[in-house]
Amino acid sequence: MSLAYALLIGVLFATGSFLLMNRSLTRIILGVAMIGNGINVLIVTVSSRPGGAPIVGETDTTDSVPQALVLTAIVIGFALIAFMLALAWRNWTIDGNDIVEDDVEDRRVARRKDES
Amino acid sequence: MNNWLAVPIVLPILAAGVLLVARDRAFQRTISMVVLGVNLAVAVVAMVHVARSDSIEVTAMGGWRSSIAITLVADRLSVMMLVIASAVLLMVLVFAIGQGASDERSPLYLPAYLVLVAGIAQAFLAGDLFNLFVAFELLLMSSYVLLTLEGINAQIRSGTTYVVLNVVESSILLVGIGLIFAATGTVNMAVLSQRLAELPDSVALGLNLLLLVAFGIKAAVFPLFFWLPDSYPTAPSSVTAVFAGLLTKVGVYAIIRTETLLFPGGQEQLLLVIGGATMLIGVLGAMSHTQMKRILSFHIISQIGYMIMGIGFGTVAGLAAAVFYLLHHIPVKTALFLVEGIIEKEAGSSSFDRMSGLVHRSGPLAVLFLIPALSLAGLPPFSGFLAKFALVREGFDEARYGVVIVAIVVSLFTLVSMTKIWTGLFWGDVDPKPAAGRVGILRHHRLMSMSTVLLVAVTLLIAALAGPLFDYCEAAARQLTEPARYVRAVIGP
Repeated sequence: MSLAYALLIGVLFATGSFLLMNRSLTRIILGVAMIGNGINVLIVTVSSRPGGAPIVGETDTTDSVPQALVLTAIVIGFALIAFMLALAWRNWTIDGNDIVEDDVEDRRVARRKDES
Repeated sequence: MNNWLAVPIVLPILAAGVLLVARDRAFQRTISMVVLGVNLAVAVVAMVHVARSDSIEVTAMGGWRSSIAITLVADRLSVMMLVIASAVLLMVLVFAIGQGASDERSPLYLPAYLVLVAGIAQAFLAGDLFNLFVAFELLLMSSYVLLTLEGINAQIRSGTTYVVLNVVESSILLVGIGLIFAATGTVNMAVLSQRLAELPDSVALGLNLLLLVAFGIKAAVFPLFFWLPDSYPTAPSSVTAVFAGLLTKVGVYAIIRTETLLFPGGQEQLLLVIGGATMLIGVLGAMSHTQMKRILSFHIISQIGYMIMGIGFGTVAGLAAAVFYLLHHIPVKTALFLVEGIIEKEAGSSSFDRMSGLVHRSGPLAVLFLIPALSLAGLPPFSGFLAKFALVREGFDEARYGVVIVAIVVSLFTLVSMTKIWTGLFWGDVDPKPAAGRVGILRHHRLMSMSTVLLVAVTLLIAALAGPLFDYCEAAARQLTEPARYVRAVIGP
C-alpha cells in the first residue's frame, strides 16, 4: 500500500467521522459519503500494488475480487445516500430544518428523574 | 446441484420487482402470500432434508468452484432459522393486511416487505462474508423504507437515527471485510475458517472485534443498543413486530457464525460480560417506561443478552441453549408485538394513560398477551422457561455463577415489567369513553387476531415439542462446534 493511499484513507475517515458527529443531517450525509469513499479506496488498495491490471499473464497481476466487491459497495452506498437525502428533504418540509432531534420519550423519562 | 437453496432469496426479489409495477392491491396481497407460502414450504423441506441426512447442503452459484463462487450454505442452524423466520413473516403479513394501516395501503409496502424477506433469507444462507454484508444491506434498505413509509414527523426523526446508526454499522462491517480480505485473500467463510487460524493472534483479535462491533450494533447488545428503543416504537405494529422478532436475531445469528466458524473460542469472557450487561440494562430500561411498545422494545435488548450468554459459554450445551432460545424468542416476541398492535388499533395508543381495563372487554386478548408474556419472563410450562433453564443449567455446569445470578435476577425483573403492562392495560376500570367501550375486540379484527392466535399456538407448540426440538438444537450446536465439517462440506476434503 502506498503512503498516498494510506493518507487519503485516513483523511477521508477523519473528516467523515467529524461530519457524522454533527446534528445537521446534510453534514451527516456528507460524512457518510466520505467514509464510504474511504472504505472503497481501502478495499481497492488491498487488491495489490497500485497499477497492476486484473489480467492473468501480466507481470503485475492485480486480484480482481476486491474490484468486484468495491463495485457492489459503491452501488449500495449510492442508494443509501439517495435515501438519506430523501429523508433530509422530508425532514425539511416538515419543520423547515434538518436537525436530528432527541427522542421525545427519552426526554420525558429524564425529566421524571429530575422531578423526583 | 441444490439450486433450490436460492429459491427463498430469488423468488421474493423477483416478486418485489413485479409488485413495484403491478400496483393492484388484491394482486399484490395474493402474490406476497403465495411467495411467503412457497418460502415456508422450501424452508421446511430443507430442514427435514438436512435433519434426516445430517448433512450440510452447499450451492455454488454459476457452477464455479465453491471456494471462489458465491456459495449458499444450509446447515442445521440456517435451515431452522429459515423455517421460523418464514413462518413468522407469513403470519405478520396476514396481520398487516388485517391491520389495514395507512402504510399497508401504500403500494410500496409489500414490495419492501418482500425485499426484507429476501434479505433475511440470504443472511441465513450466505456462505461468504461479503454476501452476508449484501444481505444485511438488502434487509436494512427495506427496513428503512418500512420504518419511514408514512413519512410523519416521529418516523422521520427516529428513522434518521436508525438509518445513520445502521450506515455506521455497515461501514464498520465493510472495513472488517476489507481488512479480512487483505489478511487472508478470501471472503469465503469456509476458506476463512482455515486461513484465519493461521494469522498472528493480535491480527485475528482485531478482525474479530471489528466484526463483533458491527454485528453487535445489529443485534443491539450493550453498549451498542441505544438506537433500538428509540426507533422501533414509531413504526406501525406489524413492521415493529418483524423488526423485533427477526432483525436483531439476524445479528445474533451472525455473531454465532463469527464465534464458531471464523474465530472459534476467541472471546468467551467478553461475550459473557456483554451478555450479562445487555440483560441488565435492557430490563432496567423496560421498567422505567410506561408505554407497551417501549417496554417491549427494551425487552428485546434484555433477551438478546441471554443468547449472547449462551454463545459465551462456548460449549455444545451452551450453544444448543442459545439456539433454542433464538427459536423460542422469535415467535414469542413477535406475538407480543402483534397483541400490542391489536390494542393500538383499538385504543389509538398502547400508553398506560390511554387505556385500561382491557380484561373486562376481551378475556381472550388478555390470554393472548399472557401466554407469550409469561413465556418471555421464563415461567413454566412455557417455552421461555425451558430455554432459560437450559442456559442456567449450563451456567452452573461451567461454574459461571456471576452471569447466572444476573440471568435469574433479570428474569424476575422481566416478570415485574410484564406485570406492569398487565396492571396498566388489562386491569383497572373500563374506559367510559364511548368509542373505546365496546367488548369483543378480537371479533372486530378477525385477520389480526387469527394471525396472533396462530403465532401464540406456535410458541405453545415449541414448548410442547421441546424434547425433539432441543435434540435438534443440540445437533445444530455440535455442527457449529466442528467447523471442520462445514469446511469439508463447502470446499471438499
